[in-house]
Order: sequence, then structure tokens, then C-alpha cells
Amino acid sequence: MTDLAALSSFLVAAVGLAVPLALAALGETVSERSGVINIGLEGSVIWGALGGALGALTVGPHAGLATGALAGGLAALVFAGFAVRLGTDQIITGTAVTIGSLGFTGAVFQSRFGATGLALELQTVPAWEVPVLSRIPLLGPAFFDQAITAYLAYAMVPLLGWFLFRTRWGLALRAAGESPEAAHAAGVPVVRTRMLATVFGGLMAGLAGAHLSLVHTGTFAENMSAGKGFIAIAVVVLGRWRPWGVFAAALFFGGAEALQFTLQALDADLPYPLFLALPYVLSLAALAGWFGRSRAPEGLALPWPRWRRISTNPKK
Amino acid sequence: MTPRTRARLRPEFLATITATAAVVATMAVAAALLALGGHSPGEAFAALARGAFGTWDRFVSFTLVRATPLLLTGLAVAFAFRARVWNIGAEGQLHAGALAGVAVALVLPGAGAVLVLPVTLLAAAAAGALWASIPAAMKTGMGVGEVITTLLMNFVALFLAQFLVQGPLRESRGVFNQTDEIPAAAHLPALLPDTRLHLGFLFGVVIAVGLWLYLTRTPGGFRLRAAGASVKAAEVSGRFSVAPVIWLSFLVSGAIAGLAGWIQIAGVTHRMYEGLSPGWGYTAIAVALLARLHPLAVVVTAIVFGALSAGGGAMQREAGVPEVWVRGIEALVILAVLTADRIVQWTTHSRD
Repeated sequence: MTDLAALSSFLVAAVGLAVPLALAALGETVSERSGVINIGLEGSVIWGALGGALGALTVGPHAGLATGALAGGLAALVFAGFAVRLGTDQIITGTAVTIGSLGFTGAVFQSRFGATGLALELQTVPAWEVPVLSRIPLLGPAFFDQAITAYLAYAMVPLLGWFLFRTRWGLALRAAGESPEAAHAAGVPVVRTRMLATVFGGLMAGLAGAHLSLVHTGTFAENMSAGKGFIAIAVVVLGRWRPWGVFAAALFFGGAEALQFTLQALDADLPYPLFLALPYVLSLAALAGWFGRSRAPEGLALPWPRWRRISTNPKK
Repeated sequence: MTPRTRARLRPEFLATITATAAVVATMAVAAALLALGGHSPGEAFAALARGAFGTWDRFVSFTLVRATPLLLTGLAVAFAFRARVWNIGAEGQLHAGALAGVAVALVLPGAGAVLVLPVTLLAAAAAGALWASIPAAMKTGMGVGEVITTLLMNFVALFLAQFLVQGPLRESRGVFNQTDEIPAAAHLPALLPDTRLHLGFLFGVVIAVGLWLYLTRTPGGFRLRAAGASVKAAEVSGRFSVAPVIWLSFLVSGAIAGLAGWIQIAGVTHRMYEGLSPGWGYTAIAVALLARLHPLAVVVTAIVFGALSAGGGAMQREAGVPEVWVRGIEALVILAVLTADRIVQWTTHSRD
């Protein structure tokens, strides 16, 4: 294999692996900006993968993407119902949603396809080559010969950047995440905003899951989300809660994962688990401020309204 | 508000009632879902109970053995959460402890046989604490929230473990991605004769009692609970600074989680391999929550979760219900407890 061919196949793999991370992380960016950290994102991803597979079997692969997104959104709705509406602890609720989703998707899968889980073969969503752009050397095949999910991810980046930082709704959403008290005083419906932002995050994570089953593998397996939801949370951190940053961070995480396969193909005896750990170490460094100021929204993980917490009112 | 107090029950009593109500509600929902999935709830629960408690040996060699890592990680999480330190990094700290324990056990010469166990236990606790010290430093020094940092540290530990069992610590046969078997001197002795239960379970119970005494009977424990109740109040009172309390809860929590990893190896598997933990560090959050962060109650809830794990296999074999249902039931328990908590708060606290 020539160096150039190796580089090209590496880029293709890197972008392919980055797409589900980018989708889930862009959604999580919106929900974290509204003040909700959804540790249950992993649950949305696995429900997306299963919902996608079932939708593809009954209707077709493209409809599967939609049912997958919907399944992920529903899982996030359950999370938001408890953590936002009821005001339960976000971390514990998210853990429960993740554990339960991995269990129940397995149960549904086994009851539908038997305990041994006969290898499921799904019709996959084909790649669509963008004319002209796909002929750019190296980058063309990597970025512009992908399935529709990739183009959705690309489109979301400027769209969310515009929405979050250029619209009134985006401002209200960020206010709910920075200071729910001030947002509430200014007339922002904090609970509704956070519910919607979280469900949007779930839809995106569900799409990421559907990408895993309908684009990446063409099958469903229990636990196939393999931590992608958790990784997406790290991607948001490294991307500093900004759509462009998050997209770049997803590419970086995807690249670290792709390197593993490239190194194996080149028969290079390098310790690839260390490459896989690298993005997480860099995320920690980013939080420590090595790459300039980086901080989470002030109100992240804090329940709202405050009277729902066990706290004594200083006025009494 | 008028001095009328709505809840005259003692908090512990109330907590026990709500926890019980939550478990009953969970069973009802689980039964409905099982029926919906075409299974017989009665058969499933009966098989689960038989698998977990059916015979003395099932209970001791399966339920209690499965409960041990959950007991230790559960205590680690409960202690940190008491100080409002949201350490969700028990999984990573567990791996750090497991690696340190195995590495020391494999390197130490067999000569000092008596010392092998204490030294490895110390190494595991130290490694777990070290792993927790990075999020602790970032929280106290830079104000970076621990939820995300401890989660990130989990992944770093997982990949570090993968690297070590594939490379430097790989078994000398070089067949599987696992370490060599640890020397017999590093094995934890059996707690009860003719069972698989090892000394690790007793360690867990002793640590639970120790943490309970510390929290309820010492000034340090009082400070920790005060910081947990309200960081702002603790700081404004000016009596003590919160940073040392945060450090302490991180380090103790990390050390106990580190022990959990090594004790599982020294007591059960006798070697380290990829995928040692099926996510104990995360299930521990449920174990701690169900125990209302009370160390002694963690012993009980860890056994409950150990029983679910031990009974899951029997449920699959005897009632044909896939073992993965157990994970779903675990999630239902957590959500039910969280909901019960909110209801109690709404009925016992004024809203404004």
C-alpha cells in the first residue's frame, strides 16, 4: 500500500467513524447549553440503533433513519420527564436510562430474533457521491462520498451555530443553561426549553444509533452503541460547547479510532489503545485550560426550579 | 409557614418506607412489562429468587460473591456523594486499583509471602486514590466540575488497562489479552469453608462500618456532611474550608473503588483481563442511591443487586426470560427511588 492510498483510506475511515459521534455530540451540545447533561445519551444511541433496524425491516433503510431518530428522542423524553420535569438528579437519572436502555433493547431484540440473536442482515443506506466535490483529492472521497447521515451532520454545524448564537431562541436556550433564575425572570420558560433541547439531543443521538446499524454495520447487536453516547459527551467538552469546535473534536476522536485500523493494516506494532486514550487526555487538558478558556454552562446539571431541591429558604 | 410539621416520621424511617414502596412499584412495573413481553412474571421472579437465594451455596457463592464489587464501589460512590462530590469515576478508579494490585503481585518475589496481600491491597487503594486525585485537583484548583472529568478518567483507565494487558503485562504464553495468574500468596483466602466467598466481602462490611462511624461519630464526618448539605453555608459559616473536605472524599472514594478492582482479582479471577468489570462503577451509583448514601444500607442494597445478578442466569435457564431483563429492572428501581424522593420532598417541604 502506498503512503497516499493509506492516508486516503485512513481519512475515509476517520470521517465515517466521526459521523455518529458528531451527530450525537451536536445534539448533546444543544441540551448541555440549556443546562441539561444527558448521561443517558448512550441509551438514546442504542434505542436509535434498534429503532433504525426495526424501521428498516418494516419499511426501508431511509425510513429506518427516521424511526431510529424517533426512538432516540423517546428515550431522551423519558430522561427529561424525570430529570427536567420532575427535577430528579440528572447524573443518576441518566445512569438509569443508560442501564435500562441497554437492558430493554437487548430484551426486545432477543424476543424478536431469538436468544442467540441470529445475525441480522439489514439493507444499508447507500453512500451518495456529491458531484464535483467528491473529486477533490484526498478530502473528496472522505467527506463527500458518505451516506446522508454525514451530510445531515455537516448541515447541522452552521445551522446550530446560527441558532444558538444568532437567534432569540438560541439566546433564551443558553440563558436557561447559564442562569435559570435570570432566564426565568426574563420570561424564558426554563422547563419547556430544557425539555425540548434534551429531546432534540435524543433525536440526534438516535440518528447516530441508526447510522451505526444502517450505515456502518448493516446489522444490530446488543450493546453495539459501545460507549458512543459517553464519548459524545467528551466530544462536547473538547469542542468547548460550540458547534464548529464539536465537529472538529468529533473528527479528532474519529481519527484516533481510525488510526487503530490503519496501524493494524500497516502491520505497525504500535500500542493503539494509547492512541484511543489520547482524545480523552486532550479533553481533560482542554478543561484544565491548556487551549484557552473553556468552561461548561454555569447551570449545567442543576435542577430547576430551585424549590424543587431539598434546600432551606434563607428568607424563612 | 406555620410551625405545623407535616412529616412527623423520623427521616430514616421515612427513607425505608419510600425505598420499600419504590421496590414494590418496580416489581409491579417489571411484572407488567414481562407479561407484555410474553413471559410469566411469577415464573420469572420465582426463578430469579431460586437462583439468588435457593440454596445456601447459591446465596453465598453467587449472590454474595457478585455483591462484593458492588458493595465496595457502592461505598465509594456513597461516601463521595455524601459530600456532594459527584464521583462517577468509580469504574476508572476500579481499573487503576486492579492494575496496580496485579502489577505489584506479579513483580513482588514470592519470598515475602505474608506481606504480598497487604502490600497489594495498599497499592490498589493508592492507585484508586491517585486516579481520583486528578479530578480532585481540577475541581479544587480550577473549579472544573467533577462529573465530566471523572467520566473522562474512566475512559483513560479503560484504555490504559487494554494497553497493559495487550503489552507490558500480557501473559507469558502470549495467547490471550490477559495477565499471568497471580501467585497463590496473593489470593484472598476463603471466608467460609467450601464456598467461593472470599475475604473481600468481609473487607467491604468492615469498611462500611468504618465509614458509618466516621460520618456519624467524628468532627471530620460532621464537616463532610455539612459540606454535602450546603457548600455555601459551610463556607459562609467560616468554621472550616471546603477544599480539604472535597479532597478527602475524592481520595477515600477512589481508594475504596481501587480496592474493589483488586479484590475481585485476588478473590475471584486471579488475573486481569480486558472487560474485567461489566460496569460495576456505574451500577454502584444505583446501589448507593437505593441505600440513600448510608454506608450500612449499602451492604443491603449491594446484596440486592448481587442477587439480581446471580438470579438473572437462573431466570434465563428456568423461565426463558433473557438475562438482560435484569438491567432493565435495575433501571426501574433507580427511577422509582428518584420519583419516591421527589414525592417525599414535595409533601414535606414548602414550595416557596
